[in-house]
Amino acid sequence: MNALAARRRHPAAIALLLLLGLLVTGFAYAAVAPQSASAEATTAEQVEKGKQLFRANCASCHGVNAEGRKTGIGDQIAGPALAGVGAAAVDFQMGTGRMPMRAPSQQAPRATVEFNQEQIDAIGAYIASLAPGPGVPSAEDVDPAKGDPAAGGELFRVNCAMCHNFAGSGGALTRGKYAPSLMNVEPKHIYEAMETGPQSMPVFNDNNLDPESKRDIIAFLKSVENTPSQGGHQLGALGPVTEGWFAWVFGLGVLIAAAVWLGQKSA
Amino acid sequence: MSTETYPSGRPADRLRDGDRPVAHAPSAAARKAGGVAGWIDDRTSAAKGVNYLLRKVFPDHWSFMLGEIAMYSMIVCLLSGALLTLWFVPSAGHTVYDGSYVPLRGQGMSEAYASTLNISFDIKGGLIIRQIHHWAALMFIIGLTVHMFRVFFTGAFRKPRELNWVIGSVLALLAIIEGFAGYSLPDDLLSGTGIRAMEGFVQTAPVIGSYLAYAIFGGPFPGEMIIPRLYSAHVLLIPAILVGLFTAHIVIVALQKHTQFPGPGRTNDNVVGYRVMPVYAAKAGGFFFIVFGVIALIAGLFTINPIWAYGPYDPSPVTAGSQPDWYMGFADGALRLLPGWLEFEFFGFTLSLNIALGALVLLPLVYTVLGAYPFFERWVTGDNREHHLLERPRNNPTRTGIGMAGITAYSVFFFAAGNDIMAIKLGLSINDITWIFRIGLFVFPVLAFWVTKRICLSLQRRDRETVLHGFESGRIIRGADGSFHERHDPLNKYDQWILVQHEPATPMQLTAEADENGVASPAARKDRLRAKVSQWWYKDAVNPVTPAELAAAHHDGHEAEALEAPLDYEGIEGRQDHAGGEGGEGADTDVKRDDESDRDSDVDSGIGSASRLRE
Repeated sequence: MNALAARRRHPAAIALLLLLGLLVTGFAYAAVAPQSASAEATTAEQVEKGKQLFRANCASCHGVNAEGRKTGIGDQIAGPALAGVGAAAVDFQMGTGRMPMRAPSQQAPRATVEFNQEQIDAIGAYIASLAPGPGVPSAEDVDPAKGDPAAGGELFRVNCAMCHNFAGSGGALTRGKYAPSLMNVEPKHIYEAMETGPQSMPVFNDNNLDPESKRDIIAFLKSVENTPSQGGHQLGALGPVTEGWFAWVFGLGVLIAAAVWLGQKSA
Repeated sequence: MSTETYPSGRPADRLRDGDRPVAHAPSAAARKAGGVAGWIDDRTSAAKGVNYLLRKVFPDHWSFMLGEIAMYSMIVCLLSGALLTLWFVPSAGHTVYDGSYVPLRGQGMSEAYASTLNISFDIKGGLIIRQIHHWAALMFIIGLTVHMFRVFFTGAFRKPRELNWVIGSVLALLAIIEGFAGYSLPDDLLSGTGIRAMEGFVQTAPVIGSYLAYAIFGGPFPGEMIIPRLYSAHVLLIPAILVGLFTAHIVIVALQKHTQFPGPGRTNDNVVGYRVMPVYAAKAGGFFFIVFGVIALIAGLFTINPIWAYGPYDPSPVTAGSQPDWYMGFADGALRLLPGWLEFEFFGFTLSLNIALGALVLLPLVYTVLGAYPFFERWVTGDNREHHLLERPRNNPTRTGIGMAGITAYSVFFFAAGNDIMAIKLGLSINDITWIFRIGLFVFPVLAFWVTKRICLSLQRRDRETVLHGFESGRIIRGADGSFHERHDPLNKYDQWILVQHEPATPMQLTAEADENGVASPAARKDRLRAKVSQWWYKDAVNPVTPAELAAAHHDGHEAEALEAPLDYEGIEGRQDHAGGEGGEGADTDVKRDDESDRDSDVDSGIGSASRLRE
């Protein structure tokens, strides 16, 4: 009889067993459950640094504790509350230069990025520390090489093309808002946008589009970006409007020039 | 040529009877050609007709070639389209793509879409043929549109050419229907969206809408019938009518003779220009190759309708930037402008005027108004004479204004169809753009009419000014008393004629409302509206300088501005009458002009080989 078996009736055994069971279940859940993948662990130090950066750069609109602020003009909001938006939202908004916003407008346009990745991660850690939210996806989650562009194309046409256009060239929304072009966007930002639904975009969470489908969509967009244009110059890939313009301006222009030239040729 | 009585001898002899002896031996090539031509002529008697056509005189102006752009683009469409039919499968049958375009491999799609992908990626040269076909279709309708502008603004639709204008309007309508049918065939996401929209349009027809849609689609949308049906319309029915009407269009031009711009020696009963053979055979033949070449160049360099990027049609998705090709844009734009409150419900039946007005009413309306315009203008002006001389657009300010107003209204619809693209490219709000167009639809055409009419009147006034006082020479002359004035030089007679040849305005007068017995005339009441419109039409008219006014300007003008030579512009026409009077139809007559020093090179080219064709 070994030591373990001998102590199986020890009063603490039941408590220990319970603890073990809970731990196993917990770890197993964490391993199996659909992850809002949180790539790196955050440290208290990082959170503190993020808090300082946030207060210096973001608090004027989002409030000192990210509780959101009103402008005082009607119901206008200067910046929404950020508890629960997660590190993914911070990484998307700041990583594409949309935040800090340059000027109040219909929507924040893509712009040059003002912070380095370390600073963005720190602010993300701070925001994530306020309330749980989607984390930054792992490199594997967004690797276009691992996705299926054909399946992604179908998903894209069903879910995304009505705003972003068939080739991801972007499209108009109401009152000056727009769905931006998806060309030359980093894969992780595409993933984060689907996950967090920035600005006018709806949220495509994991129940809606699972991480694999998101990766397929990324693969499709990257294939659109990288495939050479088979038919020649794409004229902005905006559909028949630009084609019609081109035919009227260039096609007709050249033919009229030819007609004038021929008309001046005398026999 | 053949004579009335047949001489005895061999049958072939009588064919040669009356032939003039050949003065010189023809070259070997000519003998050979003559042999072939003779062989054909012996059997068809085609020589007379061919001779008539080859010797036909056409006037020269670049704008007369706009219709040729349409004609040649149509031929390019027919040629490239015939090639496409070799591979296109007009079927909605389901298939799984297994071609060389990787991003769609393994996807379910219709056979029509799969075969279009094959044409694009697996048939050698297929993609450029597809792109040539599509670009040529756009250029065809652009060509016929600008041709229509030219005919309209120069008044070429006036008697006796109203019928040809109507045929042209029908051709234009058929062309856009043909284009829409073709655009719908590949069954990609965009064309499927177009067919879906069409189904919606048909359904808005009051009472019969849903039955009609069922009939067209052979059941509920999308069904398997629509693609084969559109295909037979696109490759058989509509092209046959198009080519038939187009032939009639051209034959009528040949019979009625081409109109010409006014100029020295050009009258209502002649055509001044070059013969088909050799000049127009070379020019028009060359232009065909230019048009074909430009279309092929564009097709080689610029993508059109990248169906592989749109993906296969599926009724659930739709893409941003779903627009029809440009020629259907005005109808799409009308739908975007129509407010939603135009949908009404009566006793459980829905009347969707918000869609029907743009989709079912506008299209026939535009083409009916177009086709009816010559009859409206004739009603207003009461002008029942034949016109073979074109009008300069400025010399008919009201018509030019109406035309510009029409183009503006069309353009408002047309641009409204691109409101989303304008919004993202110009950073504007789509709502604002839509409202600007909604208001603009009523404001811009009126503005365009007014501005155009004013510009025309100003140009006419400047023409009068130039005729009466000559053009500014830029030379400043100091008078004996120290005053300065600029010397005005007289125009040469040929340039002057162009500025004074048009007809003065003659508004219709109301006939006496009552006869001498005081009985109201019923005709007068009927004509009251007509007279009123006619007065409005000719309001503010600027009439051409009359010879009397010109003479007065000479004698009353300041010494310094007095024109050096006495001008008798009527003499130009008179001289032409002498020069061309004896020429029969198609005969060359060299126009001799006594004052060679006055010859302007521009004028010269036009009358170098004047020919008089009697009507």
